[in-house]
Amino acid sequence: MKNTPSTSTRLINFLGSMNLAITLLVVVAIASIIGTILKQNQPYTDYQIKFGSFWFDLFRMLGLYDVYSAVWFLTILAFLVISIATCVGRNTPGVLRELRHFRENVQEKSLRAMKHQHNLTTHLPAAEAQSFAQRLLTNQGFRMRQKTADGHTVIAAMKGGSNHWGYWLTHIGIIVICLGGLMDSRLPLMVAEWQGKLTPETRNIPASDVPAISQLPATSFSYRGNVDIPEGNRANIIFLPMRDGYYVQHLPFEVEVKAFRVEHYSTGMPKSFESDLLIHDKDLPAPLEKTISVNHPLIYKGIALYQANFGDGGSEVKLRLHPFSTRYAAQDLDGKVFRDYNLTSSEQQFKLEVNDFRLFNINDMEDEAGKAIKKNIGPSVTFKLRDASGQAMEYQNYMNPVSIKGQNYYISGVRSTPAEPFRYLHIPVDAKGGIERFMRLLSNIQDAELVKKSAVETTRSSMQEATVQNPEVEKQVVESMIRLTMLFATKGADGITQEIAERFPQEKQESASEAFMKVLNASLRAVYVETLKQEGITSELSEADWQFFDDSILAIDKISAYGSPWFVQLSSFTQIEASGLQITRSPGKDVVYFGSAMLTIGVFLLFYVTHRRVWVWIKPLDNNQAEVVVAGSANRNQPEFELYFNSLQKTFQQAMVQEVQDVSSTGNN
Amino acid sequence: MSVPQETIESLLERPSLFKRLTLQDWGWAAVVLAATVFVFAKYSGAMDVYEIIILTLTAPALIAQGWYWKAFQPYSIAVAVCSLLGIWLYGDSYANAEVVFGLKYLFSSQSAIMWMSALFVLATVTYFGGLFTNHAFTLKTASAMTWVALVMGFTGLMVRWFESYLIDPDFGHIPVSNLYEVFILFCLITGLLYLYYEERYKNRSLGGFVLLVISAAVAFLLWYSFERDAAKILPLVPALKSYWMKIHVPANFVGYGAFALAAMTSVVYLIRARGERNNPQGFAATRLPSLAMIDDITYKAIALGFAFFTIATILGAMWAAEAWGGYWSWDPKETWALIVWLNYAAWLHLRFSKGWRGVPMAWWAIVGLFITLFAFLGVNMFLSGLHSYGEL
Repeated sequence: MKNTPSTSTRLINFLGSMNLAITLLVVVAIASIIGTILKQNQPYTDYQIKFGSFWFDLFRMLGLYDVYSAVWFLTILAFLVISIATCVGRNTPGVLRELRHFRENVQEKSLRAMKHQHNLTTHLPAAEAQSFAQRLLTNQGFRMRQKTADGHTVIAAMKGGSNHWGYWLTHIGIIVICLGGLMDSRLPLMVAEWQGKLTPETRNIPASDVPAISQLPATSFSYRGNVDIPEGNRANIIFLPMRDGYYVQHLPFEVEVKAFRVEHYSTGMPKSFESDLLIHDKDLPAPLEKTISVNHPLIYKGIALYQANFGDGGSEVKLRLHPFSTRYAAQDLDGKVFRDYNLTSSEQQFKLEVNDFRLFNINDMEDEAGKAIKKNIGPSVTFKLRDASGQAMEYQNYMNPVSIKGQNYYISGVRSTPAEPFRYLHIPVDAKGGIERFMRLLSNIQDAELVKKSAVETTRSSMQEATVQNPEVEKQVVESMIRLTMLFATKGADGITQEIAERFPQEKQESASEAFMKVLNASLRAVYVETLKQEGITSELSEADWQFFDDSILAIDKISAYGSPWFVQLSSFTQIEASGLQITRSPGKDVVYFGSAMLTIGVFLLFYVTHRRVWVWIKPLDNNQAEVVVAGSANRNQPEFELYFNSLQKTFQQAMVQEVQDVSSTGNN
Repeated sequence: MSVPQETIESLLERPSLFKRLTLQDWGWAAVVLAATVFVFAKYSGAMDVYEIIILTLTAPALIAQGWYWKAFQPYSIAVAVCSLLGIWLYGDSYANAEVVFGLKYLFSSQSAIMWMSALFVLATVTYFGGLFTNHAFTLKTASAMTWVALVMGFTGLMVRWFESYLIDPDFGHIPVSNLYEVFILFCLITGLLYLYYEERYKNRSLGGFVLLVISAAVAFLLWYSFERDAAKILPLVPALKSYWMKIHVPANFVGYGAFALAAMTSVVYLIRARGERNNPQGFAATRLPSLAMIDDITYKAIALGFAFFTIATILGAMWAAEAWGGYWSWDPKETWALIVWLNYAAWLHLRFSKGWRGVPMAWWAIVGLFITLFAFLGVNMFLSGLHSYGEL
């Protein structure tokens, strides 16, 4: 072959081919699914735990944690845009031809071969037939050309050419939208990273300590990031999340949050989140004041500030640390959220990290009837207690007692990793509404002297009742009471089970356990009675007192697994909230909207305007008559065009052929 | 010899739009305008600029819609009358829903929606009955039932809108804010689209099939309201308190409804195509509409759905830009909307450019419904993201 297409022609043919375009549409659709199944932009440690290190690394390499910024995904998108652009480029000349050319040179033969055609012989002279056709088509909104040659005339008419504009607008619209998206994309950041000019910061350090390589100037073209600003504070930076790290983006002004509010409906559901903002800018004579809320951002200097979320902004919390052990001292602490405190009143060094304060805690609770309801159980403080080896347990302690099945408890949740749910310690509330009785009982149980005293008393009185006198037995019973109580006080019921397992063969464990529990229970009850005596209660103990005892023992049993040497009580607080702002600069937005408008108009032109062509071919016959062929075609909505053409041809038929009857009737006259 | 001039004139003349309008059409326009003026006169003080714009555009849109599709006129008037009756019966006490007869059994939103549900299911059965017995009157009855179902359903939504204000003026919002409400909207839009095509193509044999998908939605709706107490009116979360919701959600559901309709007509296409192959004299090949007609309806529905879905997605992007600070966040719902859009874009390309028709395209339209269904329901059920209002 002489005309082998050149490489560039072949490339253009490939890029502009419908097959490629449709393949790309489907590929983009399928690739997009990945990012909806795998939750995007989560902390990398979460992925690592979820997938294990092999899959974690593989997925990271494929960019699956941020699919929509992955190079391969962007490449496919770029291909789609190139394919559309090529397509438009290739088709534009054809489209222009379609719009410009009336095809008045059409052959009679091809008109007669058309699907929609009608021929008739009219009594009208050719000129009159011609002017009739012109008037009819003009009335129908057609534009037309006329050509006379070789003894016949062709009127070529068309309308609805804007359908082709639809093609053009939709496709260019998509390209414009993609370009607008590109303007707001993080592509420049990715390029700078690739060149080694920027690296995201991954450490959790104050913004002022972030090195220059992770900082972006206030002149950046586009960005979208977040910042939490406590009430009464200012910020002139935001954080742009990037993979497992972030960039510090500087703003050309300072934002101050004067106040943050949550308003509630009568049901307690939040109604609105609002922040009173002050913009400090040297270009402003006075700070700009504006309240923003969800759906109502502030736009200043092309930078939009949105109410995105909220959190604690460093609330002040007064904490009282009640030691579970008599070896430690009680301690008061004036703390602030996000601060760390070294605790010294213990043998071991502990660090208390206050993480969060919450005024409302809407939790799933049971009402009296046992039905699940959502209930606000009041303020809580969340903190971590880190020991010298760096191990930490996380706690969430509620300020107010919570009523469960008619009993009130102080509740503290504990967990060792964020992945697990909180386990709860329930400390019963005493008659005075505090935890003093519980704490006194706890320290009494650890007090060997007191345990011995009450053990001796209770053993004697019960032996007297049984009229047994045996100092040897008494001594043994008292000793085991003390030993078991001490064991329980330090290790809980597990400690006792463990001892039984060590000392007794399998078959005797059950009976031993039963005996041990009896002895332990008697001792604990004796200590409890003694504890109440210290409070001045000597009367017969009520059912409520024994309920308190049972709850206390359950709680003490759990202390060894609780992990903290203190029970931290939140005694008072001053809430300081932080407003979470999303701040964006997206110069591409208007470009995207422009493209969207093109797309929308284009879609309607494509679907609801039909490019229709009609030809009327007229050839004068000898007897002052004429032969007429009417033909038509449409590029869309064929069934409609068929109806239309039928009515059109009927009009021609009636106007031109009905004349025959008129002539004959005139002739009769 | 010349043709009498007036004959030609009458043939030539394309009657202008206004000449084609009947007295009834003018009456319709007058009613809509009067209602609009009344609303402006009485409530303009309570409306913000967007609501004024929306109302101003609604009036001509309603008039045009009524002129374009005549049946829309009595339908709207019936809905308006029933809704106003419901509102009037309520007075100023929500408790009337359980007390006043007309509310308890007819026009309280819950009752009206129950009527809608029952009538849609009945109409489905009746359509199939008419189709199998080839009984024109039965089919006509089915159409009438569908109309009544649509009147009751729309009335239910309108009254529900009013109820939301009655419970607490703070709660008041347009009833397109949760899954329960949009399912009703889906039933209504799909039903209206179907009736439009039924009238346009003068064929009632597709009714049962299209109403099948509406009945499925009704079944879900009933389960959802009885099992999950979804019919309860709750206040809006702050993210939804925006005028964009009023246009974004309905536009989306024109898309969903049209795609659902296209999928159901495609099912009929497959049945008829199979019938023609296997048994050309049989039921499927003779009673069902011609392949060309079904193909045309399917295409029209997908084109309409695509156009509205495009608008809805763009409106969604504009809303997102205002609420979340970015017009596109690759949130699962957004991404699935894009997938649905790409899917139908590919379908339309194959039809326009390659001229594909027939069985494969019918199958594709059915698959399209499942993709749409996932975007509509699946995303809320299985994936978490910013669009978490419609959770089950």
